[in-house]
Amino acid sequence: MLAVVGTVPDPDIPVIQGYVELKDSKLYVDGTEIDINRGTPALLASTASLLDYLQKGPVYAFLAGDVGLGHGSRKLYSHLSATIRDYSFQTLVFHYLLPDVDHHLKVLMAMQEMNPHPLLIADAGFMYAAKMSGESGKYDLFTPDVGELAFLADENAPHPFYTRGFILAEENKTPELIQRAYNHDNAAGYLLVKGRQDYVASRQGIIETVDSPMVEALEAVGGTGDMLTGLVSALIDSGLEMEKAMGLAARINRTTGLLADPTPAFQIKDIMRHIPEAYDRVINRPD
Amino acid sequence: MFRRFFQRKKPAKEQERSGIPCGILVFENTSEVIRAEKLIKEQGFSIKVKGPPPQIRTGCDLVIEFQLIEQLNIKRLLEENKVDVEKILPVKDYLLKPVDLYSIKDYGDYLMVRAANMKITIDKASRTVVNISGGGCPDVPFLARELIGTKLGQGPSPREMGHTLCGYALELAYEEMKRLCSQ
Repeated sequence: MLAVVGTVPDPDIPVIQGYVELKDSKLYVDGTEIDINRGTPALLASTASLLDYLQKGPVYAFLAGDVGLGHGSRKLYSHLSATIRDYSFQTLVFHYLLPDVDHHLKVLMAMQEMNPHPLLIADAGFMYAAKMSGESGKYDLFTPDVGELAFLADENAPHPFYTRGFILAEENKTPELIQRAYNHDNAAGYLLVKGRQDYVASRQGIIETVDSPMVEALEAVGGTGDMLTGLVSALIDSGLEMEKAMGLAARINRTTGLLADPTPAFQIKDIMRHIPEAYDRVINRPD
Repeated sequence: MFRRFFQRKKPAKEQERSGIPCGILVFENTSEVIRAEKLIKEQGFSIKVKGPPPQIRTGCDLVIEFQLIEQLNIKRLLEENKVDVEKILPVKDYLLKPVDLYSIKDYGDYLMVRAANMKITIDKASRTVVNISGGGCPDVPFLARELIGTKLGQGPSPREMGHTLCGYALELAYEEMKRLCSQ
């Protein structure tokens, strides 16, 4: 089973956990209704949508309300440090949490006691914390956008906000940035880099690039990157080989955008309802 | 459509200080830094927002660099305005410079500005914020919810509501968008 860890933008939501139910464009976890905006709810919704369509079982979630002050994130880190070793998940996906090196290391230590050891995927704030801790190599997959890749490539930056100017977050620099991130041990086993052209890479180099269909407006729409992380997580957990899952997820994500025909003003929930149709289209017409 | 990167020219007073003893103000979270920055700048003190030295870094934090000679005045100002400073330290190590690169994408009816890992998109005709994307800190979904649908410069700003470095980067993108729209 796959579990997702992240925050939701409501300070009144305590640490909650449970199976995810997706109904009428709303998420429900432990009886709490969660709006599908961007961030972790968008990741959860895309993962749940695809796994549900594939009939590959439920998604589990560990969530806490946090609007940026870090209170919910820290409670969630502490909860995981204390309890995660008692669970058995095939895949664990970490997402929007306030980056905190000490808390991240405690969670990582607890996860190392899990048996069997889950496949670890990180994105967003938790990925920042993993890189800042110098423990990127303990993760199986990071899913940065180009700006976040530049941050991974800058061995001195503790957050994308401090990426040095000479490490330009430009699309045509992506192969160079991937190499630099691996040279400084600041990348996970695999990277799925989200951009105009999506890159599937490992320490051995670039495995595949995906650049079609091209939907220009998607870059402006908040949550499309979260959707891609959700899709690749679902495919991996469904049993697909990692390298295959990354390229396939990139195609499904782009096709989902194509089917929605968005403007830059679209919201993610209007796009992700096309996931099942996009999956079918990509599977049936792989090229 | 076009895309370009540019770096704003810094005013002379923002150029690197040399040889002036500096200290840093450390706060519990980034929203306190933003409050303090606004307050101190309004009083005309010369300060810069930077990344903390490695020994006190947690991964998502900012500090305010100031000239040590102004310590008492700044401390008093913050106390009078009930802004809690966690620590005041002399600068002994290098401080990180925030990103000052922006990129712009013109979609015809819409305009997008990116600062660091944060992007904001507006409808050009109405100057309404239509999307926020990027980022990885927990205030991003909250800021998006509060900002989408507001008119640029007329609603709440990321500065007033953000708490993290992603929130601060969004503030930079928001201000850059305002600057572009005023040209």
